[in-house]
Amino acid sequence: MKKLSFTSVFSQLLLLLFVIAWIVPTFGLFISSLRDKDVLAISGWWTSFTTTEVNEIYRTKGKEDQIKEGDHYFIKSNLFDENQGKEIFRFGVTSKNIDEYEVGKTALFKDETEITVFENGDYIWKSKEEFKKKKGKRIFVSAKSPPSFTLDNYKEVLLKEGLGQAFLNTFAVALPATLIPLIICSYFAYALTWMKFYGRDLLLATIIASLVVPLQMCLIPVLTIYNDFGALFGVSAKSYPGIWMAHTGFGLASTTFLLWNFLKTLPSEMIEAARVDGATHYDTFIKIVVPLSIPSFASIFILQFLWVWNDLLVGLVFLDKHPSEIILTAKLKELLGSRGENWEILTTGAFVSMTVPLFIFFSLQRYFIRGLVAGSVKG
Amino acid sequence: MSIFSLAITVLIGVLFFVLFFHISNFLLDYFRVKASKNFAFENSIRVIIFIAPAFIVLFVFIIYPVFETIRLSFYDKVGENFVGLFNYTWAINDPDFKRSIINNLGWLIVVPTLSTFFGLVIANLADKIWWGSIAKSIIFMPMAISFVGAGVIWKFMYDYRGPGDQQIGLLNAIAVAFGFEPQAWLTIPIWNNLFLMAIMIWIQTGLALVIFSAALRSIPNETLDAARIDGASELKIFWSIIIPYLEQTILVIWTIITILVLKVFDIIYAMTNGQWQTEVLANLMYDWMFRGGGDSGRGSVLAFCILIGVIPILAWNLYRHKQEQKV
Repeated sequence: MKKLSFTSVFSQLLLLLFVIAWIVPTFGLFISSLRDKDVLAISGWWTSFTTTEVNEIYRTKGKEDQIKEGDHYFIKSNLFDENQGKEIFRFGVTSKNIDEYEVGKTALFKDETEITVFENGDYIWKSKEEFKKKKGKRIFVSAKSPPSFTLDNYKEVLLKEGLGQAFLNTFAVALPATLIPLIICSYFAYALTWMKFYGRDLLLATIIASLVVPLQMCLIPVLTIYNDFGALFGVSAKSYPGIWMAHTGFGLASTTFLLWNFLKTLPSEMIEAARVDGATHYDTFIKIVVPLSIPSFASIFILQFLWVWNDLLVGLVFLDKHPSEIILTAKLKELLGSRGENWEILTTGAFVSMTVPLFIFFSLQRYFIRGLVAGSVKG
Repeated sequence: MSIFSLAITVLIGVLFFVLFFHISNFLLDYFRVKASKNFAFENSIRVIIFIAPAFIVLFVFIIYPVFETIRLSFYDKVGENFVGLFNYTWAINDPDFKRSIINNLGWLIVVPTLSTFFGLVIANLADKIWWGSIAKSIIFMPMAISFVGAGVIWKFMYDYRGPGDQQIGLLNAIAVAFGFEPQAWLTIPIWNNLFLMAIMIWIQTGLALVIFSAALRSIPNETLDAARIDGASELKIFWSIIIPYLEQTILVIWTIITILVLKVFDIIYAMTNGQWQTEVLANLMYDWMFRGGGDSGRGSVLAFCILIGVIPILAWNLYRHKQEQKV
């Protein structure tokens, strides 16, 4: 009994270790996408849950804000633009000694003006003579920054970086590129299962061979066909219908194979009975086979949809990089090149591209897994 | 384009195919009523309606391109003049090609092995623990993410700052915490390949995991209980009962991941674009497809090399299919 519990504790720990290793990368990305971009660039995302100490530089207001009280001139304001809950604990007025003074104490500038900085960023700058400079002075502060999260990055990425449009484009690619193969393959799979015709076995073998043919084998000739077609009719070779058909072509074998696998498990007596009663193949297909195949359609829909949504290569080859056509993955790759150091944009962009797959994953996981397992049993 | 015009485009595209089948079948039924009842003729028309769209697509996008690519590999960069084995001899002497072959072999050995191994271990662990299904969900989740998205996630993990600065990449932060120098992981030749493979393993372990979980449930409990009563340790049961039982499943998972790894493109393209000796065949092929206006000859040779890699699996699949058809 004792030995058993040791094994159990050990396996729990081991599994926990795996889970942590697997979740941490995604979690870090998600947290980072919610952080302020300036903080994100200088501290690890794991520090965002605790109060951290940051050193920052602010500038005071200039002469326009001065008021005269008695013999002295004052500028009273707050260093922070917006209240982020930061607490200043030390400050300084020269870059050589950025934490010279304790908060609440009064510091002396070279021009003999005095400044007092308070914990919440309020300051009082006092001078015997009138302030003459438009520009204020630099103040160095050491502050305690509490955990703070923001959706600003999402606004920035969706509206300014064009990811919102790319998101719509990806839908416009993925929905038809999933539905079209589903429609034509369901008829095809029905014919392969229940209709008798010459060359059926050869066709089935071709499908099975096509399952593993690498996409790269097809790219160059298909692109040539597209270019010729475009030149012939004077239209762009890269278009939405073009990429729908490309995805249909590259997903055709697996969709047909999965459907065929499912259809052959249906009882043949049922189909034959319908045929004997005088139903055409079309009636049998629409009235009997389709209703029975809905769960299997759902699995295949999810697999193909995720495949298309996550695809980069086909999108790169068959669509323009123009804003009205670019898909999320291509856009993300473009950002990796052009904004490689802007982690607030990259992390947020990546998370935006993951929202739909993750939503499908968490809401329809059962169908997703069923499809994957069904597809893999035969390889 | 606005949402509205995109939606209209999508709707028209899908409706086109729905209506094709409906209208053509309707017409067939309509004329059947009028014409004499020639069932054989009607049936063959029906077969054509059912098959034609899929077959045309299959032919245009798979069958013809495969043979055309093989033909093009013997032609020059614009595909017009026959050049014999020129592209092949070029490939053999090209340093990038050699590097790609070596890297692809590395990927083929490491990724399927580790993904399958981790998947098997986790499936076994999760099977016995009450929170196992949550753990499985979490480990399976990367399967839903795109390779590019995963690329960004891991590029962030591998991020590098100078030795004096605060590290914002987790891996370097850990390295620094243990007193090591921070490293620009993706630029260290040879090792950087492992860091790229880690991404693929991170994704594919989930696939192995769910398939193994399904397979594990099919092992009869009596067998396991009998072994336990006989005093076999869990480890012994794992090696002597579970592994042999799952042999077929292991092979299947291995082949799926192998096929995927052979054509790995997105990760390399997004992370290093083949720099620092991380080139692989698929990325090199993409490069030649567009480099200098595109070289269809060299691109085709590279694509053909990827196909050669999957031919054993293709043959094996066909063989198994034939065996099943006989039964």
